Amino acid sequence: MMRVALTCCALATIGLVACERESRSFHERQVVAARAEVATQTPLTIGGPVPPTGTQSPFQGNAVGVSDGKRLFATYNCSGCHANGGGGIGPALMDDQWIYGYEARNIYETILEGRPNGMPSFRNKIPDYQVWQLVAYVQAMSAQVPIDVAPGRDEHMQVRPAEPITPFKGRKQTGHR
Amino acid sequence: MTACRTIAAFAFAALSLCCRGTAAKSPTATAPPANSAATGSAVIAAGDPSGDWVLPAKDFSSTRYSALTEITTSTVKQLGAKVTFSTGVNAGHEAAPLVVNNTMYVVTPWPNIVYALDLTKPGAPLKWKYAPKPPSAARGVACCDVVNRGAAYADGTIYFNALDNRTIALDAATGEEKWIATLGEINRGETMTMAPLVVKDKVLVGNSGGEFGVRGWLTALDRRTGKIAWRAYSTGPDKDVLIGSRFKPFYEMDRGRDLGVSTWPPDAWKIGGGTVWGWISYDPSLNLVYYGTSNPGPWNPEQRPGDNKWTAGIFARDLDSGEAVWFYQWSPHDLYDYDGINEQILVDLQINGATRKVLIRPERNGYMYVLDRATGEVLSADPYVPITSSKGVDLKTGRIAMAPEKDPKAGIVVREICPGSPGGKDWNPSAFSPQTGLVYVPHNMLCMDFEGLEANYIAGTPYVGADVKFYAAPGSKNRGEFMAWDPVNRRKVWSIAESFPVWSGTVATAGDVVFYGTMEGWFKAANARTGEVLWQFKTGSGIIGQPITYRGPDGKQYVAVLSGVGGWSGGIVVGDLDTRDKTAAGGFANAVPDLKDVTTKGGMLYIFGLP
Repeated sequence: MMRVALTCCALATIGLVACERESRSFHERQVVAARAEVATQTPLTIGGPVPPTGTQSPFQGNAVGVSDGKRLFATYNCSGCHANGGGGIGPALMDDQWIYGYEARNIYETILEGRPNGMPSFRNKIPDYQVWQLVAYVQAMSAQVPIDVAPGRDEHMQVRPAEPITPFKGRKQTGHR
Repeated sequence: MTACRTIAAFAFAALSLCCRGTAAKSPTATAPPANSAATGSAVIAAGDPSGDWVLPAKDFSSTRYSALTEITTSTVKQLGAKVTFSTGVNAGHEAAPLVVNNTMYVVTPWPNIVYALDLTKPGAPLKWKYAPKPPSAARGVACCDVVNRGAAYADGTIYFNALDNRTIALDAATGEEKWIATLGEINRGETMTMAPLVVKDKVLVGNSGGEFGVRGWLTALDRRTGKIAWRAYSTGPDKDVLIGSRFKPFYEMDRGRDLGVSTWPPDAWKIGGGTVWGWISYDPSLNLVYYGTSNPGPWNPEQRPGDNKWTAGIFARDLDSGEAVWFYQWSPHDLYDYDGINEQILVDLQINGATRKVLIRPERNGYMYVLDRATGEVLSADPYVPITSSKGVDLKTGRIAMAPEKDPKAGIVVREICPGSPGGKDWNPSAFSPQTGLVYVPHNMLCMDFEGLEANYIAGTPYVGADVKFYAAPGSKNRGEFMAWDPVNRRKVWSIAESFPVWSGTVATAGDVVFYGTMEGWFKAANARTGEVLWQFKTGSGIIGQPITYRGPDGKQYVAVLSGVGGWSGGIVVGDLDTRDKTAAGGFANAVPDLKDVTTKGGMLYIFGLP
């Protein structure tokens, strides 16, 4: 009897913890349209530092959205230039150095508007919610999303450490390259 | 399909030619007698005694051989740096400097600055500088660093290509623009990185972008005006490829109507690659130009069943009309990015008791080919690196026998494919010494794992569809080698093992010395007969440039090379890439993760001389 109670207790605990694994709403696609604030490209601001916007991708805590972002990263040929995060024609995305800013809003603008040194503009080519999925996946590469949301192992050639164990967790993201 | 339409729409619009400032006054500098490219009345002979270096390949035969003899196997030990010059550019420096009329010309990687240095004055001060200002955006469609492989000189004019698809002619004396021809479109993934060849009244140039679904072409421009004389595409209907009645390929597999269309899935030829980013040679007696075509796109071969003509092969064309005379395909239906653009060295060899006019080609697929350059017949094809991807070349049919067990399938990892995508040798050219009869080959010793992935065509983005990682050939610690090859007896004579892939060019001299550079930055001189390293100097960055040698205004022999790591093999240093991803830098992150520990980026010209 005691054993059954313990088992139930354990199962309940696991169940509760599992519920906390990720948070997901069914309305991310509507939410994204409302985010219009602009992030600065530099920590250097006239008159003193300005705190980060704190804008997050609506898929930041959404494992399915991040996983979709990973798929789209290949589909839209992001991987053609950034490889599997290590970079090639374009810079590495799995490290802690960002030319145009590491915040979600910065990455969103990079994808949408392009950047002058070779990043093409995808404006009007990719639906907005997919851009945010890509943003969440790009942040997952450098361990900026919760560990249990990042994609796990995949079924391709072993080419890099899986996103959750990319050892940059907590590392300060910088603007230098 | 929208993509295909976009392509079609751009295909001809981009042919617009912009000419301005056609020089009213005649150039002040006259070409020295040795520069026969100036008049076209004679050939730049192998071992031209003038001591100038007017084409990256030295002569039309692409021997990269100098008849200068002051630097010998015994005097080379006294070589020292005489002049250094910072190019101010941090990308991979693949170009050969040129020397004409006591002036040295250097073209940098993007932003493609041209420097003219006055060799008559102490320290070789700057004579003039020209900045074509290609947009920074062009860097986003350059597959393997923003390199440039050099300029060409003829008749008082310097010709070179800027990354944003412009061929530019400059007055060699003043640096003033003579004309600019705009030949391609970066929004379609096109760039230009190759060194032009100037022959008679033509400047021959080709495009880059085999990893971007570009349709490859070779274009002949009028040397005086920059107007297009002819353009030959590498895919599509015969009329676009300039295939007509003179076309007589030696092998059955290359014969037929409109093979540039029928050997592809519908419309795939429009985005099928076959770019012309490598080397061109010219035989004046046959009036034929020779050049290779790049890999087909995408890399994933399952998306393009068929032989994919006319990619990964070699064309012989009439210089004046552009008509194709013969074609031979090194790698029909290329499986591994065995890009077919390497140099072809034109020499006459004694083969089986007869003198044959041949073309020597160290090919990406790992075979050293000797072809009859009049007909395209393969006389021999011998492995010069470990090969697992194929079982040999059938000299009856001309066809390479691919190894079925290494055939890539989407979603499956195929291991130990040798050579890897960079091939037995990549773009960096060999040299031939008529004195030793040997070919000097700077090359790779790499194998790879390959997984095919579905590629989507999005104009202006890469069209590849494969994850690859390279590594040293099993059983070998060295990832590169510098070797001497005997093309008559078809064997390696000696070799120098190198830790990193050898990505530099080479030059052979009548002093029996050969020069090359390593990715760590060593510039080395070796005995052309034995391979003994006689002298070396550590430059500031890894060397992937093409060394040259020339006679200075003081009558002495000098050697020059650009140092500055980068290119495909040095991408992790130039881009500061993250090598935890083995596929970074197109698979080179796995092969050379230690490169960042031994070199840093930075372009610098070095001129060496005797005391």
